[in-house]
Amino acid sequence: MVQFKLPKNSTVRVGKTWPKPEGASNVRKFQIYRWNPDDGENPRVDTYFLDMDKCGPMVLDALIKIKNEIDPTLTFRRSCREGICGSCAMNIDGINTLACIYGMDEIKGDVKIYPLPHMPVVKDLIPDLTHFYAQHASIMPWLETKTNRPAKEWKQSIEDRKKLDGLYECVMCASCSTSCPSYWWNGDRYLGPAALLHAYRWIIDSRDEATGERLDQLEDPFKLYRCHTIMNCSKTCPKGLNPAKAIASIKKMMVERQL
Amino acid sequence: MQYMTDRKRAVGKGSSGSGTEHFWGQAISAVGLLILMPLFALTFGCALGLPYEEAIAYYQRPFPAIVAAMTLVVSMVHFRHGIQVVIEDYSRGVTKKVLVVACTAVAYTVLAIGLYGLGRIAF
Repeated sequence: MVQFKLPKNSTVRVGKTWPKPEGASNVRKFQIYRWNPDDGENPRVDTYFLDMDKCGPMVLDALIKIKNEIDPTLTFRRSCREGICGSCAMNIDGINTLACIYGMDEIKGDVKIYPLPHMPVVKDLIPDLTHFYAQHASIMPWLETKTNRPAKEWKQSIEDRKKLDGLYECVMCASCSTSCPSYWWNGDRYLGPAALLHAYRWIIDSRDEATGERLDQLEDPFKLYRCHTIMNCSKTCPKGLNPAKAIASIKKMMVERQL
Repeated sequence: MQYMTDRKRAVGKGSSGSGTEHFWGQAISAVGLLILMPLFALTFGCALGLPYEEAIAYYQRPFPAIVAAMTLVVSMVHFRHGIQVVIEDYSRGVTKKVLVVACTAVAYTVLAIGLYGLGRIAF
């Protein structure tokens, strides 16, 4: 059966409270999940205080400030700082999103930061995305052609190119997949919203010649049909994409080729 | 500990080549129930409170009997499809297989008993 409770060694405990900045009038409280695989301790939630008058507006600004000025052991991924790389995906205030484009003004009360849910944790806010990336690779995220390569380029009409809008923008941050209860329970076999959105991006690409093979590969009660249209994926996507719609479109194509 | 590449773990045993029929069957039966349930509630409501003989006579008429039979068939087909998905979501291994078989058996047993009852009333 699926596990509904955390194992004892994963129960989150109260951690260290760091001192408030002296002389600050605009102070904000941050509660951040911490776990170090090397110390053998349970995960804990540490409390930090920041002077918001000396901090940037985004959650990532606060994390970088904490790491630079308070606690250098705080570990998280980040790179582009503008919502393009997808590295800083984490659970902020109960929502899976990108720390770099999530403003602290959108959060009421304390800022609570956890790693993406239901994924193995490497350290602190870093989830292990190995399986997630392997699932993405399994859907063949590249153009598959059988016709001989044209002299210049694979042509595409403006209308056909427009079909890729809302799909190609996915940055594989894993916010959607890790917000999906079906992915939580059956992530070993269910591909999840991100991989399926990418699968659909290649299925409807007018230049791709492997539509049938791609649909064959997804024709499975677990790989595709574990999606129960919960739509957490579309709600949480920090890029405003709609993986649920892409999955519904794949299901529609599956039915169309049988009727 | 299994020495397995990430890609092999992600692909698993590959695609089963089924699933669409189950999905489509469940969607069709859901739409069917959307039409049948109000009709069943209406016809069943008309028979409620009637004396035994009159209720039997009511269900010997084709429309209430056919609506009841169709509701029974479609709802049990829908139940079987739906419960299988729920079981697959939350259980694993042998438990999963046993529960799927048991629930399928329950669905078809209820269906058989219901149709037998309706048949006895109608004929």
